[in-house]
Amino acid sequence: MTTQPVAVDDDTDLLRAVVLAGGLTFEREVSLSSGTQVVEALLRAGLDAELRDADADLLPGLAAAPADAVFIALHGSTGEDGAVRAVLDLAGIPYVGSPAAACRLAWDKPAAKSVVRAAGVTTPDWVALPHSTFRELGAGAVLDLIVARLGLPLMVKPASGGSALGAQKVGRVEDLPAAMVSCFAYGDTVLVERFVDGIELAVSVVDLGEGPQALPAVEIAPESGVFDYTSRYTPGLTEYHTPARVDDDVAQRAADAAVTVHRALGLADLSRTDLIVDAEGTVHFLEVNVSPGLTETSMFPMAVEAAGHRLGDVLTRLLHQAAARR
Amino acid sequence: MSSLTPDRPVSASAPVPARHPRLDPLADRYAARTHGMKSSEIRALFSVVSRPEVVSLAGGMPAVTALPLDAVGSMIGELVSGMGAQTLQYGSGQGDPRLRERICDVMALEGITDASPSEVVVTVGSQQGLDLVTRVFVDPGDVVLAEAPSYVGALGVFQAAQARVQHVLMDDEGLVPEALEDALVECRARGDKVKFLYTIPNFHNPAGVTLTEERRAKVMEIADRYDLLVVEDNPYGLLGFDREPMRALRARDAERVIYLGSFSKTFSPGLRVGWVLAPLAVREKLVLATEAQVLCPPSLTQYAVARYLDTQPWQQQIKTFIELYRERRDATLESLSALMPPGTTWTRPDGGFYVWLKLPSGLDAKLMQPRAVSAHVAYVPGIGFYADGQGKEYMRLSYCYPEPDQIREGVRRLARVVEAELDLHTTFGSVDTGRFRAVRPSTPQVPAVEPITGPASSDQVGDQP
Repeated sequence: MTTQPVAVDDDTDLLRAVVLAGGLTFEREVSLSSGTQVVEALLRAGLDAELRDADADLLPGLAAAPADAVFIALHGSTGEDGAVRAVLDLAGIPYVGSPAAACRLAWDKPAAKSVVRAAGVTTPDWVALPHSTFRELGAGAVLDLIVARLGLPLMVKPASGGSALGAQKVGRVEDLPAAMVSCFAYGDTVLVERFVDGIELAVSVVDLGEGPQALPAVEIAPESGVFDYTSRYTPGLTEYHTPARVDDDVAQRAADAAVTVHRALGLADLSRTDLIVDAEGTVHFLEVNVSPGLTETSMFPMAVEAAGHRLGDVLTRLLHQAAARR
Repeated sequence: MSSLTPDRPVSASAPVPARHPRLDPLADRYAARTHGMKSSEIRALFSVVSRPEVVSLAGGMPAVTALPLDAVGSMIGELVSGMGAQTLQYGSGQGDPRLRERICDVMALEGITDASPSEVVVTVGSQQGLDLVTRVFVDPGDVVLAEAPSYVGALGVFQAAQARVQHVLMDDEGLVPEALEDALVECRARGDKVKFLYTIPNFHNPAGVTLTEERRAKVMEIADRYDLLVVEDNPYGLLGFDREPMRALRARDAERVIYLGSFSKTFSPGLRVGWVLAPLAVREKLVLATEAQVLCPPSLTQYAVARYLDTQPWQQQIKTFIELYRERRDATLESLSALMPPGTTWTRPDGGFYVWLKLPSGLDAKLMQPRAVSAHVAYVPGIGFYADGQGKEYMRLSYCYPEPDQIREGVRRLARVVEAELDLHTTFGSVDTGRFRAVRPSTPQVPAVEPITGPASSDQVGDQP
């Protein structure tokens, strides 16, 4: 896998970027951390960048001081489900990242899995059900069917959302009801997936004007064995290996899978696809993030660095592309 | 439009330093006491609290805007322009003598009439006072007794000192003396070194309850019999709604009680001025410890507090605070009674900042927090107030900061969250909601005498619409 060196334009100092971060979701803190990193990287790259929350002051602020392009570092709903992008479209303000409709699709993890599977990428078998189905048909009977069909262990996670919030590995059938209860606190639909054991990879994709390209895969090796919220955001609790410690052909298949996912879902500019490589070397798609984390412990910036670039330069390039779409 | 210009490869001009695979090259070197310091989902969820759409019943922030801000502002301005040579300079490690005199006047309001300024050490909030006391007394592995639940900031201090916390039951009347004695007997049998009892007798954080007069006597009698040192933390004692301040434990025993006081709730938490009152020998060690830690408490804020006490109607100001908090407490209790589903119980504080709420059986306050965030209401899950993983079914509600109307809205949202969780538990069989629905409003929910793990009142009685 190769990436081209990223170069910056001579007129970068003319570009004014607004970085959206915060929002009113579970991932507000992560988003603020991402947004701060992005603003610092852009300022170092010589841009005029400003951090703004997605609140009632946003649209009047953008009207009063128009931005050449917006960078969306919002995580969780609003930022990733396409809503903010749809509003920016209405306002005619260009932004970095995927269009609203593609975000809506990627945000819905079960729908995204269907599209990705149809595009030929392997993904663990799953079922996604709302609370009402369990209530109406009887939770015990439905859970029995799930276990009979998908086996154990299972991954239980909210059907939308990121940062591993609410995601749990369930190894024993008696732990399943409690996992469902805690997962439903995050949203009305739960995604239950066959658990695949293996090497976790995060493959970032960027499109710098010549089509989507995969950056070097980041291998994730959490000390606890589970890449949960604590493992993600506490430096020292997880080892990250770039390049991943996998054979070249596996790395290539992972890169191909991430690009396929990016294209199949109609994504633009940047994405991060989470994959797992099982003992046979099969690459399984887990989920895709249209607004990948950009914190100090996030995988997208690691991949950018591993490709030999500076984050600020890549983001600057993406902002210029977005501004040109106006 | 911009274009790729490979003649300016940034990576070539300034190589990016390689990352450590764990992102932290010092990961293997940290002290054992830092191992509990990790990012947590709970903390992350709290970040939404800063948004105005969210009603926060979480933080215990005093209502400082009720202070005469102009008067305080000009007072502090004069301290700098008129007394800069003192107020901007290092000071005594023990604290400003004039302030220590005034602290003795404040403590006299709670019956401590024999304190000498020489026994007072001024600290950076009472939090530093507790840290100093813990440093002076506790070795790793020693036992500290604390109420169940206890102040989360104190548990943090004890954890950092690698103390083992043994919780002691409380109920609506505060710490249960029999439980204290049982804990002491247990510890003796195990050969544990019990260094002290940490207790908040007035308007407890988080439980909201107050140790009764009768129990104060019993607790001190047990302390005497078992040669137990008592650390009395009293930040809220002057904020009672219905009666004069109660007599402090320290007023009953000057040798066995170390007293922690604070101006954070009676004046300003931002000034960070608190104090420790301790017997002279202990005071000596506390001064040495504080000098090693911070050299001296900040001069400017000490002068500010002393000047405030000298020139402003501070006792009148406390009455203003009391009226404000009483109104907010009433809004909280009325809303809870009107809106919370059966099976929920809570304490009825007559001072301070907090209501301690117990959820219907089977519900977990931490697990339902994402739903609360979605509903734009915040609270603190009870589990943080225990050192041993108890407290899942509890939450702390703070009424000190939001306006009464916001409190009513917050409780309305919280009630919906609890209802939704009950619905979920019904589906998945963890909770028999029908059992709660079957409880008639006139039936007490909680046995009147049986001590429980954490206090819960029978507030539901007769209060349902």
